[in-house]
Amino acid sequence: MKINLLINGLYRSVEVEPGEYLLDTLRKINMISVRRGCDNTSCGVCTVLIEGKPVPSCSYLSVRADGKSILTVEGIAEEAEKISSYFGEEGAEQCGFCNPSIALTVYALKKEIKNPTDEQVDKYLVSNLCRCTGYISQKKAIKNYLGDKS
Amino acid sequence: MKTINQSFPSVDGKGIMMGRVAFTDDYALQNSLIVKILRSPHPYAKIKNIDASKALALYGVECVLTHKDFPRIPFTRAGQGYPEPSPHDKFILDEYVRYIGDEVAVVAAVSNDICEEALSLIEVEYEVLEPVLNFETALDSKNILHPEPEIHEMFPIGFDPKRNLAASYHMHIGDVEKSLKECDVVVEQSFFTQAQQHTALEPHTVNAQMDYQDRLVLYSSTQTPFHVRRILSQTLGIPLSKIRVIKPRVGGGFGGKQALHGEMFVSYITYKTKKPSKIVFTRKEVFESSYTRHPMRLDIKLGADKDGTLKAIDCYVLSDTGAYGEHALTVFMVAGSKVLPLYNKVDSVRFHGHVVYTNHTPAGAFRGYGAIQGNYALESAVDMLCHKLHMDPIEFRQKNMMKENETSPIFAIMGEGTEGTAMNMESCKLDYCVSRGKELIGWDSIYPHKNVSKEKIRSVGMAIAMQGSGIPYIDMGSAIIKLNDDGFYNLLIGATDIGQGSDTILAQIAAEELMTSLDKVIVYSSDTDLTPFDTGAYASSTTFISGNAVLKAARKMKGLLIEEAAKVLKCEEADINFDGFNFKNKKNESEINLSQLSNRLTYNEDQKQLVADSSYVGHKSPPPFMAGFIEILIDRETGEIEIENYVSVVDCGTPLNPKLAQGQVEGGVVQGIGMALYENVVITSKGKNITSDFLNYKVPTRMEIKKLVTEFAESYESSGPFGAKSVGEIGIDTPPAALANAIENALGVRMTDLPMTPEKIMRALKAKEKRQ
Repeated sequence: MKINLLINGLYRSVEVEPGEYLLDTLRKINMISVRRGCDNTSCGVCTVLIEGKPVPSCSYLSVRADGKSILTVEGIAEEAEKISSYFGEEGAEQCGFCNPSIALTVYALKKEIKNPTDEQVDKYLVSNLCRCTGYISQKKAIKNYLGDKS
Repeated sequence: MKTINQSFPSVDGKGIMMGRVAFTDDYALQNSLIVKILRSPHPYAKIKNIDASKALALYGVECVLTHKDFPRIPFTRAGQGYPEPSPHDKFILDEYVRYIGDEVAVVAAVSNDICEEALSLIEVEYEVLEPVLNFETALDSKNILHPEPEIHEMFPIGFDPKRNLAASYHMHIGDVEKSLKECDVVVEQSFFTQAQQHTALEPHTVNAQMDYQDRLVLYSSTQTPFHVRRILSQTLGIPLSKIRVIKPRVGGGFGGKQALHGEMFVSYITYKTKKPSKIVFTRKEVFESSYTRHPMRLDIKLGADKDGTLKAIDCYVLSDTGAYGEHALTVFMVAGSKVLPLYNKVDSVRFHGHVVYTNHTPAGAFRGYGAIQGNYALESAVDMLCHKLHMDPIEFRQKNMMKENETSPIFAIMGEGTEGTAMNMESCKLDYCVSRGKELIGWDSIYPHKNVSKEKIRSVGMAIAMQGSGIPYIDMGSAIIKLNDDGFYNLLIGATDIGQGSDTILAQIAAEELMTSLDKVIVYSSDTDLTPFDTGAYASSTTFISGNAVLKAARKMKGLLIEEAAKVLKCEEADINFDGFNFKNKKNESEINLSQLSNRLTYNEDQKQLVADSSYVGHKSPPPFMAGFIEILIDRETGEIEIENYVSVVDCGTPLNPKLAQGQVEGGVVQGIGMALYENVVITSKGKNITSDFLNYKVPTRMEIKKLVTEFAESYESSGPFGAKSVGEIGIDTPPAALANAIENALGVRMTDLPMTPEKIMRALKAKEKRQ
């Protein structure tokens, strides 16, 4: 069946199976920045923004996304570049497999909560696992980005 | 231009965050056959019959492979140099399956769904055998895991499969039993460590295609592309020259990707069918069917004099390698060789033990590689000894531990699977690390503990650690530097960036030596066709081994540049003053810049391609050192622990990129905390791992980690590139012992079994109350 998606500001009509998940649909059409890290929505790597909210695409049926707006990291390129600069300053990049999903989640957080506390930030990002950094460098980078009003 | 000891962002961080094509699966062709594996539901069974006819009849199924499709060539997937110190005890597919999750058959089909359906249609008749599920009774069990006659060791490693023995070893210096008898105080304790899983966020992934020269091209999420190429050729009979292995960006490895996992299957299928294929492990497969850390029991005895002089260490280790002996001997040996030299003033040491086969998921390389297990036991026992001596644990360590310019006879005796290499500690700032860490954690105001409320107690604990920098005389790294017109360079290295930032720090080394800026060094790594050889990313080797190779190559390039500039400026090479951008003839002030020189060499006169290459093999393995200090809040009613702060003071020589080095330490520390407290592996009495996803296997999240303080000691290792030692593993070693020591300082109970969950802590407290 065909669904219509607004991906990163462009309308696309995509052929999907009834039981297909959005992660597989996006990778099928070469949106490769969306990646799989687990089987049951427990790692956060496959996060995309659907109507502005972070959602694990590995368990979101593609048919549910019909007519909706989807952002992957390519759709927030300018902000992602800014976030990456703050990550770079703190040495918080490491393997980067989770980084596009973290950029998207941090971007959504900035829009959703004005001047969040450290605890609010941690809670918002709690389901985005990282096995490389030990989190502290990431937390500093995220804090610096959230404080950037430019 | 100074690029060393500067915190540059990693060269690839921006592009990866912005979502560019980077990881193995991003390079898979859209028409790849999907490869999936039928896995054993039994911990131990013999396959009596496999009927794949129904699966093969399914539309879209390309092939089904069973053990009958492969010649019986025993090998090891360990991903080590050749000959390997691991037994050749694995067949690509075998008629025996030896753990729940072992490979039974392989399907290639046009889609995931068809693959899954085909797997369900394969009919397998098993003869279920009695498994060995308790590693403490595996040795000489009547149930033998490896009865097959073809398997063998490559050189003596104490391999004796009839006894379920993958490897064994014994060493001693002095008469440990006699010295223990003479000691005033002796402690004796057994410690248990669990089968921690790496959980790199990118699952094991490989894809293969035939290129237009009819060669097999593999993209693999591997730490060892050159070993992968060799092992594929040895097991599948494909000429080495027909295989190209490309390692793109790897999404974390931590040792789990040193070995081969799906490589044999996609290679065989693509080479045979000429169609592209790919495999991506599910998270469940990563947990059940890749690797874990070797679970161990470490029986340790320490003896000291009343004045706090450590006299004797006796350590027996029983290690569980699971179904196959990958890294069996070497991980076990590191539990001694990179732990025991910390206390180098003892009269006698004994280290011995057995590595046994069980019907568990195979164990393999994992950051820390035995050192974390050994460190947990030794550094816990040292604190127990201090309690018995009524001595401050920091004072005890300062008195007995390794100091600069000292050595330990263990270095010469124990290597990794072979004899070791004698060396003096030309750089060892452990003394500073301990005193600085003590200050940073506020030891004196807390030790041993402070009551915060009726339930909560604040306490501190600490441990010291050492690691290595590559394997001397075995690990080889190499580099090629090429000059381009306009005066920038390509740096080609076999070294394997798996997210730790080696591409960045190796480019920094080249830029520093060539006195240029980092953006003038374009780095490309880990492609068996295009880059020179490197053993790969393991054994904390890249900074030291590959780094020295890059430094030597850059020095050579500088020489070539000066030689060419002297020709242009018509002077002696000694008269040339080169600052990285300009060549000046000191005698007459005539000059040419690098861009002009390179353009001239490319297009105009004396035309030639300037290329410099070099390789490096270590003659020693200078250990990085670290002191780790933890402050915790513990609830005596529930046993719950909150980590308030973890202080790491590290001697890694010159940190080439301090922020990236800090990232290595802190990432290691948090993995160590995970092993110490949260990462519980539950295997049922039937041998089934029931903690095979992130919901049941708890890696630390950002909620548990509140504060990490990481500092580097001023240190310079003269054998390292610009004074550097390696730093990839050292961070993981101290948390288990530091935490166990902090728990004892708070509650007076000694935790001897990882992870130290609230339940176990409460059980220990109850037992203590009963005793009193």
